[in-house]
Amino acid sequence: MASRPSRTDFRVDLGFRLGTGALAALVCLIVVGIGVVLTRESWLSIEKFGLGFWRGTTWDPVSGEFGALPFIWGTLYSSVIALLIATPVALGIAIFLSELSPHALKQPLTFLTELLAAIPSIVYGIWGVFVLVPVVRRLQVLTPDFLKKFPLFTGPPLGVGMLAAGLVLAVMVVPFIASVAREILKAVPVNQREAAYALGATRWEAIRMALYYARTGIIGAVMLGLGRALGETIAVTMVIGNNPQVSWSLFAPQYTMAAVIANEFTEAANKLYLDALVEIGLVLFTITIVINGLSRLLIWSVSERAPARKVLKPEPALAA
Amino acid sequence: MAFSVTSRDGRRRLVSRLVEVACAGAVVAALVPLALVLWYVLRNGVPALNRAFFTSMPKPVGEPGGGMANAMVGTLIMLGIAAAFAVPVGIASAVYLSEYPKSRLSWAARFAADVLNGVPSIVVGIFAYVVAVLPFNRFSALAGGFALGVMMIPILVRATEELLALVPPSLREGALALGATRGRAAWTVILPAALPGIVTGILVALARIAGETAPLLFTALNNRYWSTKLTQPIASLTVQIYTYAQSPYEDWHRQAWAGATVLIAAVLLFSVLARTVTRRLERMHRP
Repeated sequence: MASRPSRTDFRVDLGFRLGTGALAALVCLIVVGIGVVLTRESWLSIEKFGLGFWRGTTWDPVSGEFGALPFIWGTLYSSVIALLIATPVALGIAIFLSELSPHALKQPLTFLTELLAAIPSIVYGIWGVFVLVPVVRRLQVLTPDFLKKFPLFTGPPLGVGMLAAGLVLAVMVVPFIASVAREILKAVPVNQREAAYALGATRWEAIRMALYYARTGIIGAVMLGLGRALGETIAVTMVIGNNPQVSWSLFAPQYTMAAVIANEFTEAANKLYLDALVEIGLVLFTITIVINGLSRLLIWSVSERAPARKVLKPEPALAA
Repeated sequence: MAFSVTSRDGRRRLVSRLVEVACAGAVVAALVPLALVLWYVLRNGVPALNRAFFTSMPKPVGEPGGGMANAMVGTLIMLGIAAAFAVPVGIASAVYLSEYPKSRLSWAARFAADVLNGVPSIVVGIFAYVVAVLPFNRFSALAGGFALGVMMIPILVRATEELLALVPPSLREGALALGATRGRAAWTVILPAALPGIVTGILVALARIAGETAPLLFTALNNRYWSTKLTQPIASLTVQIYTYAQSPYEDWHRQAWAGATVLIAAVLLFSVLARTVTRRLERMHRP
């Protein structure tokens, strides 16, 4: 027979709670630690350049001139391109998998789309360099002359550049947006949909209702994709051309924050150069933390797995 | 039909159909790049795979042949280091999250894990550089393993928490009803029930971080020679692929593709394995 827990048992239990709790706290500490470490290690650059660091367009380590605008620009531009392509595709996938797919196809298709997220960045990179870049180059050669007058299409046909980076990024973020959006659509109460059908809605009209109901979560899903795109390093480094310039052209080789760190970190010959790179890392960290944090809160506010509190309650009128 | 179909209804139905087709198209649009990536990697990589690739060292430039034996061993060593500290931290945190799901710390840890999961790998690399390279003034396998471990923790926490949630509450309630304390219930009843899933979770997390390049670039660096010393720079499969892919040599490109094939094979293997185990667990625990 089981006996009542003894005093030792309770002491062990307290130890269990404290022990596992301490390690859980460690997870929080790591995040804080990254922030602290990056700030401390970039202090020289923060102090010397201040906000001007982010307005300067000249990146010339040899003469000690560090302007990070081209990297911010490249990071944002490539991520926006990626999201413009990836969002509709990912939402389409989420809708298909949660609402339309025949039952037998649902699991294998989910598995396959999530496989896209499992492929390592370096594999996308090598594929991008040897397969996608030549295709983009061909595309650039075939671009009709009148189009080349627009700032969006200027520049020599190199292959590497903003377009290649945006395309690779789009493929890489689709699975993230799709899987979160699917979870969120699943969390929409069934009676919402049933009500729509009962009123004579077509399938799309019912889906639109569900999308509207889950809009906060969908925005969260897209932001999660944005966070991924901003921080993606290796694949982008390999195809974007690594040229610090601010240009609207999709064909121009440009640079991103993550890529400049990856390329130049081991070459940073003096402390100021290194600190400038770390500062870029710090800003990248801050941006992704804010974006991921926001997107998590948005997603949690809608999804079933909301921690600590359940936000999703059927509206009183419907529950009655 | 009791009511007539006006042209407006027809249009609504048409729009609905079109959207449905577009959604199916989106699935195809995502599967095409997947197929293309797999196809090109296998087509270029499989012919370059041979025994030498797994057993011999990189040859100097210009000499054909050679392999990535040192890089594969390096990757395995760093995975071991990463697992050594990420597994205890990740599993224990997940146990805490599932035992005390509503505490404030749980909320914070869950949030931190999600945020950490989204921190760019290159930033984790800088962190590891400052913590594990600067103080010792040398790039090392330990620093690389540390970087990978930091990336592994959030994956493990979330995966394990989900797997623990699959264990039916009746098991825990039964243990508690028999007089077990929470700690004892977690240790003797819940963890064993979730063990196959947790092991799979660890393997999947390992497969995921095995494909990371960015955090290794300036922690483990690279090494052209055979090295298993933890305090020395060490080669890794991913950094080797990265270096080779950017070189101008045809033979190195072939080797890079071969390396990519090995990575993809590992990822596929572990993904399929994880899916099978998770589904079996679900079937086991759900009526």
